[in-house]
Amino acid sequence: MKVVILDYGSGNVGSLSNMLKALGYEYKVSNKEEDIIGSSHLILPGVGAFDAVMKKISGNIPMNTLLEEVLTNKKPILGICVGMQVLADYGYENGKHEGLGLIHGEVKQIDTKAILPHVGWNDIQINAESDLFLDMEDISDFYFVHSYHFLPTDKASVLATTEYGDKRFVSVVRRDNIMGVQFHPEKSQDVGKLLVRNFVEYSS
Amino acid sequence: MKKKRLIPIVLLRNGWIVQSVSFKEYKNLGNPVFSVKRLSEWCSDELIYLDITQDGAKYDMRRDDIHMMNHSSISEIIENVSNSAFMPLCFGGGIRNIADIEERLRSGADKVSVNRALYKDPEFVKQAAKEFGSQCIIGSVDYVGEGENAKVFNVQTRSATDLNLIDFCKHVEDLGIGEILLNSVERDGLKTGFDIEQIDRISKLVRIPVIACGGCGNWEHLAEVFNKTDADAVAAANIFQHVDQSTYLAKEHLFQQGHNVRKPDFVEL
Repeated sequence: MKVVILDYGSGNVGSLSNMLKALGYEYKVSNKEEDIIGSSHLILPGVGAFDAVMKKISGNIPMNTLLEEVLTNKKPILGICVGMQVLADYGYENGKHEGLGLIHGEVKQIDTKAILPHVGWNDIQINAESDLFLDMEDISDFYFVHSYHFLPTDKASVLATTEYGDKRFVSVVRRDNIMGVQFHPEKSQDVGKLLVRNFVEYSS
Repeated sequence: MKKKRLIPIVLLRNGWIVQSVSFKEYKNLGNPVFSVKRLSEWCSDELIYLDITQDGAKYDMRRDDIHMMNHSSISEIIENVSNSAFMPLCFGGGIRNIADIEERLRSGADKVSVNRALYKDPEFVKQAAKEFGSQCIIGSVDYVGEGENAKVFNVQTRSATDLNLIDFCKHVEDLGIGEILLNSVERDGLKTGFDIEQIDRISKLVRIPVIACGGCGNWEHLAEVFNKTDADAVAAANIFQHVDQSTYLAKEHLFQQGHNVRKPDFVEL
């Protein structure tokens, strides 16, 4: 088992690396073709604006290899925060921009009277059973930092939602081997660790 | 629903964790990294690390004899801390320009807190909030005095400024920062409870989250803040360093009273 954290210059991936290390997994932070091909699992981290992140991804990651691994070879991939958002077809941060189109839907600013960004610990309500939630309580708290949310076209892609102010947004998405979480498991202590473990151990 | 937070503050002085009384006396408590790992395991929601080392002083603990790690810089400390704590980390102290913030974020910080820059260099604070996002910048506001006449306190000169606390809080919110860490200097280390009246006033005045600090002597003091004010978080320093499983017990106290906090759990993996 070898986890590759996709390296496209997204900033600090220290906590994520340390969490994988704490769980005892072999991992590498890389954007090299051979590492992506040789990996068992991929993680797409993300901090920043949708358009900026997409630009960096397309500039630094061998896209054909990534898409072949994910779509043809069905390698499990987990997008985190903006890394989850760019799985969509389009994002509307700083204008309309194309995403990776791996899970159909769009990313828009949360339409709420509550203050943005939504920062802090909030619970997820599980809508559909998944290996990702193994050993987890029905309502578990994760750490969020975001102003935009994922609106999937297919409701079946929604695994969990979260309430903020007067709104409920999608906090976990999945289409087959492609998964995304709006929160930061690497900042969510034990329950975050559990989610990462479930991704690596059970979602293959 | 978004949870209210419990935040231990760790004070760092010349490479040591210290206890502070009224911002004047400091007692060394130990290694900056071990204590943080414990606090993380004990269900803290977040951690604020304040470096109160005076300018020019060394971070080295000068204790090679006891085989403790010697830290040469704040970045190294941040790196070590972030290696052992899987939760949001805020670092404050000595932040004067954009490069200072970049350095801390690169080392593993999620947020930084600014104090004197709030009145000495508001343009920088504004720029920082714009560049890194409001969620990244906490405004740490120390004050003395009571009620509507309370004044902002300057830690460096150890004296009150002319700035009215209430106007100042409104002003720093407009700079674009994400949170206010409101700290009563006179209650620091006294364990007599929080300044409920002031916390209530400020947390109703501003839209951004207020973190209440100063005076915590027991878990009920924390509950009182959530019972009587709109504060988004409670913070304390000294008390969390002295009790085994401190933040866990504090969290349990709040949870059992029905406060909207994260359930205290130890999950073994």
